[in-house]
Amino acid sequence: MSKKATQSTYLHLSTLLRLLAVLAFVLAPHSLRLPLWESAAIFAVLAWRAWAAVHGVGMPGRVVRAMLTIAAFAGIFMSYGRVTGQHAGVALLALMAALKLTELNQRRDVMVTVFLLYFICVTHFLFSQEIWTIAYLLVTTVIITALLVEANHAGAPLPVRVSLRHGGSLVLQALPLMVLMFVLFPRLPGPLWGLPSDSGAARTGLSDHMSPGDISGLIQSGELAFRVKFDGNIPPPRLRYWRGPVFWDFDGREWTAGGLISSDSATVELLGKPLGYEIVLEPHRSRWLFALDFPDPRSLPDGATVAPDGIVLSAADIKERFLYHLQSHTAYHFQPQLAERARRAATRLPQGRNPKALALGQSWRALGLSDEAIVRTALSRFTAEPFFYTLRPPSLGRDPVDEFLFETRKGFCEHYASSFTVLMRAAGIPARVVTGYQGGEQNAIGGYFVVNQSDAHAWVEVWRAGEGWLRIDPTAAVAPNRIEKSLSDALSFDEALPLGLARGGSKFLQGVKARWDWTNAQWNRWVLAYGPDLQRDFLSRFGLAGWRDLMLALTAALAVVVGGFGLLALLRARPAHPEDAALKAWRRAIKPLARQGLIQRPSEGPQAFARRVIEARPEVRTGMETVLAGYLELRYLSPQEAGSGQATRLKSIRLAAADF
Amino acid sequence: MIKLRKRIRNWIATRTVRQPGPVTVNRRRIYIVPTRFGYGYALLLFVMLMGAMNYSNSMAFALSFLLAGVGLLSMHHTHANLLNLKLRSGRSAPVFAGETAAFEVLVANESKAARYTVSLGWPDDPPAATIDIPAQGASSATLPLLAARRGWLKAPRFAVATEFPLGLLHAWTWIELDMQTLAYPAPAQAGAIPPMASGDSGLGLSNKPGVDEFAGLKTYAPGDAPHSIHWKSFAKTGIPQVKRFAESVSQERVLDLERTPGELEARLSQLSAWVLQAEEERVPYTLVLPALNLGPALGEKHRAACLRALALYGLAP
Repeated sequence: MSKKATQSTYLHLSTLLRLLAVLAFVLAPHSLRLPLWESAAIFAVLAWRAWAAVHGVGMPGRVVRAMLTIAAFAGIFMSYGRVTGQHAGVALLALMAALKLTELNQRRDVMVTVFLLYFICVTHFLFSQEIWTIAYLLVTTVIITALLVEANHAGAPLPVRVSLRHGGSLVLQALPLMVLMFVLFPRLPGPLWGLPSDSGAARTGLSDHMSPGDISGLIQSGELAFRVKFDGNIPPPRLRYWRGPVFWDFDGREWTAGGLISSDSATVELLGKPLGYEIVLEPHRSRWLFALDFPDPRSLPDGATVAPDGIVLSAADIKERFLYHLQSHTAYHFQPQLAERARRAATRLPQGRNPKALALGQSWRALGLSDEAIVRTALSRFTAEPFFYTLRPPSLGRDPVDEFLFETRKGFCEHYASSFTVLMRAAGIPARVVTGYQGGEQNAIGGYFVVNQSDAHAWVEVWRAGEGWLRIDPTAAVAPNRIEKSLSDALSFDEALPLGLARGGSKFLQGVKARWDWTNAQWNRWVLAYGPDLQRDFLSRFGLAGWRDLMLALTAALAVVVGGFGLLALLRARPAHPEDAALKAWRRAIKPLARQGLIQRPSEGPQAFARRVIEARPEVRTGMETVLAGYLELRYLSPQEAGSGQATRLKSIRLAAADF
Repeated sequence: MIKLRKRIRNWIATRTVRQPGPVTVNRRRIYIVPTRFGYGYALLLFVMLMGAMNYSNSMAFALSFLLAGVGLLSMHHTHANLLNLKLRSGRSAPVFAGETAAFEVLVANESKAARYTVSLGWPDDPPAATIDIPAQGASSATLPLLAARRGWLKAPRFAVATEFPLGLLHAWTWIELDMQTLAYPAPAQAGAIPPMASGDSGLGLSNKPGVDEFAGLKTYAPGDAPHSIHWKSFAKTGIPQVKRFAESVSQERVLDLERTPGELEARLSQLSAWVLQAEEERVPYTLVLPALNLGPALGEKHRAACLRALALYGLAP
């Protein structure tokens, strides 16, 4: 079964080793995502293939290869429960590329493997499109193209330097073409067909339920949630509440959305001046589009709606970074009339859970206090009693609200929001929990705000007749710094901060961080978000509108650039005559004579031409003779003979020709 | 379809001129089409682009466009890999009919860009030679061609082609260099005994010319070797006379077409075989063709002259 003899004719050992190295490089970022067994298997196949090639060991036969393929499918199925979809598909592709190495029998197989490498490169971008991936794209394209050059060279392998130069120059020349096509190629609103359910990168974010510990866990991730840039005035921190999922139902421990939402419509009176802003939202695999309270329904992006509880929902799950522009009014009356069903849902509490909290709320009502007074009393309780704001609250049992309010008194925003809502409902005041983000850090370079997962927050809305839902943030009562400044300022100084959140830090580091975030923001805003809408807006500035214009502009621009590089290739293929100083000096010397109509004919030697010149213009005889003699000496003397005399002769030609 | 091919063939034929060379590969004579890998690459890009659209993935768009750019540019690179190559014919040794002649083609590259994987081959055949040509250097390629029959073997039009650097496109040009080589008649199978210079050869045994023993003088006749002229007697008598030698051991052979049996090609083959045999056995021989008499002599030059005469016998010049 040894294929060694035939192999050498089309695939040299060094070419094969280069192929293996390129494959390893291209697969490296994938290997972090693949199951451990698969990464190990792939690199084992690579290592074995290299060893086999060096030692001249034959490849396995058809039966073994078929069995390996079946095993690969089985392994992927065991790990993912499927062989299609984004994750399983890519895992299968990586494994198949490695197995293809056992079957490199013809030049065709090598070409197919190289094409597979390009394809593996593109699958990487399904998982990550960070700014560094542009470097990955360029490096992999250069080395894969160099490999393709290598595969198309007959005979002894090219030196790595030569094949890399060819690959590199092709990719380098293709860069302007890439930019042109990227900008001008007409973009269609995707997707063309369904995306696999597991498409996009894995993300963290708010969830559709809330139980103690959820948000504090989220904060630990330290990832970016979205970036926001205000069109004009920047609202103060106490107004920067980015609304997320709203919870109505409480089972004593966990909050959920409840089934009420769809039956009621959002009625809102917007007051005051609107506030415009633009958000670049990181994918979070839900439909929520975070907005400042309260968004103007007329300013929503295409397909988005405002749900009855005030959250903006997109038409589909956000699986890719999403750019939208909104207008919000910070003054509003949200649902000034509340339907009876909604009122019941907003005051419902589970039977027999958290009895102490229930009793407390009911006692306030029994005292005959107004709704406003009850809210104040509840808030003052958080300031008067020794409540602590901490990311590491003690764990809570069956009645978490009771335990928190009367025993531990250590908690995070979710504890405060949850217990406050329970107290309100116990007192008969309609109340609900709202989650989202609060605050955000301004970037010193771009002026935009960065909202991280660490800005995740939970607050309360209570309903008051005529005014609608009012935002109450009990956390602000305990830790005003959380709202006015940031999480790290709100936590006591001896508490360890979650990953990615640093207290203070040097000015220089902060500057670098701001610059890096700004770069990423620009990357996301202009490159990754470049789709049909952005393309239309951007190109209309240049008077390009519609498919036809784009295609025309693209064709013309490509023709110019490709033609330019084609011309360069033609010039490089031109015969390069060795530098001939004598001929150059001769041509320069006789150039002034052309003005008098004395032009050397192609058939005319220098001597014949000189004779003709002297005949026509006897006054230049001496000059012409010197030039001719100098030229002939330079022409017919060997370099050794000419030696240092060359310079003086060139000079004499130049001087003699001065009076032509 | 076949008709179309034929028409294209004819059109190309009118565009290629048989010339002695050197021939420079001209920009307007380079043809270029995608290879099957080129079509595969296009399919790959199409799938990538569809994926990029479906996922609205900017980096996938970027890679698709970059590779599309690479593919477009490779067209110019492949084209330039052939451009301005200078071809001229090299040596080509004579062969016997039925053997394969080797035409050497010298390929010079006067540009500063090295050329890689340039292949030369006859139309419809796989490339016969693949060479690299260094910058401002030259390489040679050998094109083998079967010599079917005796006479002049003219090298037909051949293709100079390349797929370098990426193998996505096939660029080629047709060149017809004025190259020819001689195909001698295929030597007949051994068996027939070469004729000795006996009575039936027309010359008497007694006065059979040789090189070993002096056998007197005879009057000079055109065709006699100048070195055998007896200068002493010429000075006395004024009549040029030549020395005659008789051979004692080996006998010279006279290879006469007229006296060889069989039809013409078979006779020429037979004579060809006898020439080789005589050379091998170091026996001087004379080749007698109608209107041509070569020899008697022995050696490389004589052999070549005889075989050439046999090769071209009866053919239009």
